[in-house]
Amino acid sequence: MCGAPKQGGSLAGVDLSTQTVIQGSVWHDGAPVAGAYVRLLDATDEFTAEVVTSPEGEFRFFAAPGRWTLRTLAPVGRAERPIDAEVGLNETTLAID
Amino acid sequence: MSRSDVLVTADWAQEHLGDPGIVFVEVDEDTSAYDGGHLEGAVKLDWKTDLQDPLRRDFVGREAFEALLSSRGIGNDDTVVLYGGNNNWFAAYAYWYFKLYGHRDVKLIDGGRKKWELDGRPLSKDAVERPATTYRASEPDLSIRAFRDEVVSSIGNKNIIDVRSPDEFSGKILAPAHLPQEQAQKGGHVPTAMNIPWSKAANEDGTFKSDEELAKLYAEQGYDEAKPTIAYCRIGERSSHTWFVLRELLGKSDVKNYDGSWVEYGSLVGVPIEK
Repeated sequence: MCGAPKQGGSLAGVDLSTQTVIQGSVWHDGAPVAGAYVRLLDATDEFTAEVVTSPEGEFRFFAAPGRWTLRTLAPVGRAERPIDAEVGLNETTLAID
Repeated sequence: MSRSDVLVTADWAQEHLGDPGIVFVEVDEDTSAYDGGHLEGAVKLDWKTDLQDPLRRDFVGREAFEALLSSRGIGNDDTVVLYGGNNNWFAAYAYWYFKLYGHRDVKLIDGGRKKWELDGRPLSKDAVERPATTYRASEPDLSIRAFRDEVVSSIGNKNIIDVRSPDEFSGKILAPAHLPQEQAQKGGHVPTAMNIPWSKAANEDGTFKSDEELAKLYAEQGYDEAKPTIAYCRIGERSSHTWFVLRELLGKSDVKNYDGSWVEYGSLVGVPIEK
């Protein structure tokens, strides 16, 4: 099952004492961007995973502690930001100018 | 076989929607993508419910594949044009699967659903009905499918390519990072495997890199032209993407996809693992 599950929604059933969850939403012009592609790059900038944002603009990854980069690509533009993740919930926002 | 025989552009696809003799097929795990809008006239195949045996971990058998394609209105002489999400992972898997069962003319849309969406091309929500056919499949072509014993005996003497991300290869994470990291199997990789992530073969919009870039990529990573090749990932869909690159785009001979992949290998008792 490498297909991305639906993005957003509850974290029920996710063990935040063991999982490193990186999640957030993509925004542009004061509104969330649905259907944006968000990829997670590792510390060497190599592709690790990609999801498509929910109707509310949300994305979620299950990673490991460490340095990651989030990059989004959407018809309205692109944005990128690094994140230092720890075990548990790590939240951020990607804003497309 | 050359690039133009197996790969079409989004422009080509858009111009040929509705042409007789061409069937567009979307392949995703998440069929809600198709239901939310698909190429006009395209039928869907569900990676799991249509293409996997409901009981065992294996393909559907030849007769079930025949029934599936017949019900979708796909004929033996049709040109099947596949596309899907996840940078065409599952479309490439279906491509390999169609080839395994002997379909003659199969193509992928370069960039798949992602490029189509990023280009802002039209999608349709109309239900698609095609008249049923009587499809006849060949016996599975096992020259393109590797099984676990062959993988173990290939250690040190074939090109074994692990196409997962570097962090999966090293065992830091156990699944692609859009999935929860709780898996039964051990982390690591098959000894002597080269880590050439599938993503290095693709551009950011999901299209394949040029033949020149691809040839350079594998040469630089130590691909030995004189040896047969086995590609694997976690469950065999990303390695289908690399199988497509090596065999269909670059024309290399004797390339197999090990669809058992790490979910199987990492659970085998007694096999060697490197981390």
